[in-house]
Amino acid sequence: MKLITAIIKPFKLEEVRTALTDLGIQGMTVTEVKGYGRQKGHTEIYRGAEYAVSFLPKVKIEVVVSGDSVNKALSAIQDAAKTGQIGDGKIFVSPIENTIRIRTGEADEAAL
Amino acid sequence: MKTPQTSRWLVASYAVAALTIFTSGAALAQDAAAAAAEAPAAASASTQYVFNTMLFLIGGFLVMFMAAGFAMLEAGLVRTKNVSMQCTKNIALYAIGGIMFWLVGYNLMYDAVNGGFIGTFAPKVIPPTDADPGSYAAASDWFFQMVFCATTASIVSGTLAERIKLWPFLLFIVVLTGFIYPIQGAWKWGAGWLAPGTDTSWIKDVTGGEFQDFAGSTLVHSVGGWAALVGAIFLGARHGKYEGGRVNPMPGSSIPLATLGLFILWLGWFGFNGGSQLAIGTISDASSVARIFVNTNLAAAGGVVSALILTQLIYGKVDVTMVMNGALAGLVSITAEPLTPTPIWAIGIGAVGGLIVVFAVPLLDKIRIDDVVGAIPVHLMAGIWGTMAVPLTNSDANFMAQAIGVGSIAAFVILASVVVWGILRVTIGLRPTLEDELAGLDKAEIGLEAYPEFGSGSQRVGL
Repeated sequence: MKLITAIIKPFKLEEVRTALTDLGIQGMTVTEVKGYGRQKGHTEIYRGAEYAVSFLPKVKIEVVVSGDSVNKALSAIQDAAKTGQIGDGKIFVSPIENTIRIRTGEADEAAL
Repeated sequence: MKTPQTSRWLVASYAVAALTIFTSGAALAQDAAAAAAEAPAAASASTQYVFNTMLFLIGGFLVMFMAAGFAMLEAGLVRTKNVSMQCTKNIALYAIGGIMFWLVGYNLMYDAVNGGFIGTFAPKVIPPTDADPGSYAAASDWFFQMVFCATTASIVSGTLAERIKLWPFLLFIVVLTGFIYPIQGAWKWGAGWLAPGTDTSWIKDVTGGEFQDFAGSTLVHSVGGWAALVGAIFLGARHGKYEGGRVNPMPGSSIPLATLGLFILWLGWFGFNGGSQLAIGTISDASSVARIFVNTNLAAAGGVVSALILTQLIYGKVDVTMVMNGALAGLVSITAEPLTPTPIWAIGIGAVGGLIVVFAVPLLDKIRIDDVVGAIPVHLMAGIWGTMAVPLTNSDANFMAQAIGVGSIAAFVILASVVVWGILRVTIGLRPTLEDELAGLDKAEIGLEAYPEFGSGSQRVGL
């Protein structure tokens, strides 16, 4: 089992969700986050003075998938979230030791 | 990036607009001449009494609603963490102004001033129904004058936002509405030493003209502006505003709220200037009130357009909060004389107000005076401009008489404000602790966030 953490542009969330659902992946956790990478921030102007907006709004998606569907899920996210412009985000993959469904007590991949 | 084509296009638009205004002005003048030829008989004294009283009441409640305009403008231009505090200040100052102007203000301003400096210390007596002498209800006059006093207090609140404790601010408002505003008001509107005398006036002997301030560019707006400026100097800037030797903007929480506030103020200004004709029982007075409405609206529009164009040219983008200030500066500019200007003069006088805003806002930042909502450029500087512009369209005024009025009222209000702000600073103190300021005054002074579902309160675990 792997945890896929993807930071994407907020307006791409619905496309990514659809792409993952089409793969049969059930469930995801979404968080509104702020940050910067190579895109850096931008400047805005208020009452004649410029100021830097260093942290841009992004959406963080967390999905746990079984080992054999990781690659499909990664390419689905990448295809759906890509605009080709700077600031499209990043995907991180990390191992998951165990999963438990609270309602039934099912464990590991049966709980996904 | 601006292009030369944009600038040429703007110049061309200006020329077309000016041409349209001149030609339509000529058409209006012909209509007026035709109407004057067959003027109907005058209304009876009791009809005039009713109409004059209605003017005071309607004008008065329009100006009363400017309290809402100031509250929304300021709520929109402060950060989320200070919105409850700003609303509280605005509610409280309107109430305090109303009580103080009854308790001492009105008679200090209007009772037996007789060419002097001050009226009498006594609460305003509201005569019984049907016992009113004169050409309007005395109570309607009190109400109309009271809301002007409250407006003066509203001006101070915005400049000092986000870094002043509630109670010292309210104590200043007690003195401002009970004493400072009424005393200087007595000098001109209370028939004091700046007003024309019964037979001869010393200002006319010295300068050849009278000090003119129709609805209060100086008596209301500059007074609020001076009190705010002195307060801002005593208080200092918000923490971090000028840190690192540069201007660090602190953008306001809600442009829509600030816009609503602007439009409420704009609406209220028809009561402010129109009501200041003080009578509407004759054709001449009614026609004057209508003309004042037109000039008031055109001056605000002129302020908006000049701020739009100037911020676009200077910054490459239109600055919406400065455009709001531009509208208000246009309104303040026309307030000293909303009757005599022709439409093109009204637009021009308002446009200069907008220009003052665009250049004064960064200038104040340069000298490290932190004016959160721009009340000093709008009310003080445009107020001085509007007062000094009166002789351009009114032959009863001249620059020397206007300067004497502006200067003497400035001297008094600055001196009184220095004393009151100074006493408050060394006794109970003006500023909250740094920790409280950073946490926001909603939490520190009021104990309630303006937007609990979006602020720190919303992050409580386990609802």
